[in-house]
Amino acid sequence: MNINKEYIESLLIKNTRLDNRKFKEYRKITIETDVSPKSALGSARVKIGDTEVIAGIKMDVGEPYPDTPDEGAMIVNAELLPLASPKFEGGPPGVNAIELSRIVDRAIRESKAIDTKKLCIKKGEKVWIVFIDIYPINDSGNLFDAAYLAAIAALKNTKMVKYDAKTEKIVYEKTNKSLPLLNLPIECTIVKINDAFLVDPNYEEEEAMDARLTVAVLEDDSICAMQKGGDQPLSIEEVLKMIDLAIEKAKDIRKKL
Amino acid sequence: MTLVVKDKSIVVPGEILAQGMDHVPAQGTFRENENIIASQIGLVNINGRLIKVIALSGRYIPKVGDMVIGRITHISFSNWAVDIGYAYEANLSLKEATSDFIARGADLSQYYDYGDLVTTKVIGVNKQKAIDLTMKGPGLRKLKGGRIIQVTPSKVPRIIGKQGSMISIVKEATNCKITVGQNGLVWIQGEEPEKVRLAEKAIHKIDQEAHKEGLTDEISKFLKEKLK
Repeated sequence: MNINKEYIESLLIKNTRLDNRKFKEYRKITIETDVSPKSALGSARVKIGDTEVIAGIKMDVGEPYPDTPDEGAMIVNAELLPLASPKFEGGPPGVNAIELSRIVDRAIRESKAIDTKKLCIKKGEKVWIVFIDIYPINDSGNLFDAAYLAAIAALKNTKMVKYDAKTEKIVYEKTNKSLPLLNLPIECTIVKINDAFLVDPNYEEEEAMDARLTVAVLEDDSICAMQKGGDQPLSIEEVLKMIDLAIEKAKDIRKKL
Repeated sequence: MTLVVKDKSIVVPGEILAQGMDHVPAQGTFRENENIIASQIGLVNINGRLIKVIALSGRYIPKVGDMVIGRITHISFSNWAVDIGYAYEANLSLKEATSDFIARGADLSQYYDYGDLVTTKVIGVNKQKAIDLTMKGPGLRKLKGGRIIQVTPSKVPRIIGKQGSMISIVKEATNCKITVGQNGLVWIQGEEPEKVRLAEKAIHKIDQEAHKEGLTDEISKFLKEKLK
């Protein structure tokens, strides 16, 4: 609503936000792993303030893609459940659900965080496919960061199952073997309202934003993926400033994992 | 013959509230032969002979005489469409919008533009769910500045309190201008951001704890503590 946008802008001039946070301050992040030990190989529930997301990992055996015969695959799927927000509708995934899954997918894929070569069972015939399913339980803003954190927390929590080559069946019994993970990036979403850059927008700030940039930061402060949203443009200087801020915040978030 | 449930208890649909003809079913209840039965989940409210069930949550359903806060969603030749949080949009006609003379073909957006928030009053609800609004009356106007929050529409009477007792406590303590629409939208305007935040917190607290007794005292205590 326009009236709230004007109010948020008036607060930003006074250097404060709706919920009295600093511009660079996240809401309280809690990460809980193994929330669904029976139905998923790995799962996590992440809360950022009132925003809550559950992610689950499943594994299956399938054929590799023809261009990468010795590499496993990864598929991210997100669904915006109507229970999470009055704005979400049931039915097939819409633009926002696809964007959410793509943002999570891109950071993990481009960082090569999953060592897909180790997921090969038989070259050109059988590889492991990792399914990451994301379910928002409550959307109170910054769903991207919450969903991404849930996804990587669940990946870290995953215990692999065995594949029986003789019977060509998966033995659904968790082993002690974790997923072959390399360097996981951290995603940080930064929102621009007027001239101010805010991290972790709540739902009212998300409605009032001009533009947003999601940056995936690796442990050595290099970036591996970005996604821009919102209907206003960003200049190069602004993008660079946002990246610097994302690198700074990613360090704090990494400690929580 | 008698009441089966206590006042302010929580009931589920189908639950028998009273037997016999001594009581009269009102909102959220119906009579089936001898019994008065709940049709909603909610709190029982007994007022003399009347038995009501106040829903715990749900969407706003307009009634004639309600003061609501709406958002202009469409402008046509002779009327505005207003979103008041109901399944159907409400209609604000030229005649009810202003007493100014409006020339034929004038630009109506100079009165109310897209996205403007207005405090308005429901003057008609018909069977086809067409809702008519008016801007004529005390306190009905276009809202400028301030901020809007959403609460559960069924808790609005509790937020206002008896003769406005609850909301006036919040207004006095926080020095804010507050308008509560029956549709659950609350407009708050204040000079200091901290005070606005406090008013917001107090209103959300009332919304969440609406079923409690002695809430007025608790809220004034809460406000005093926070203002120290």
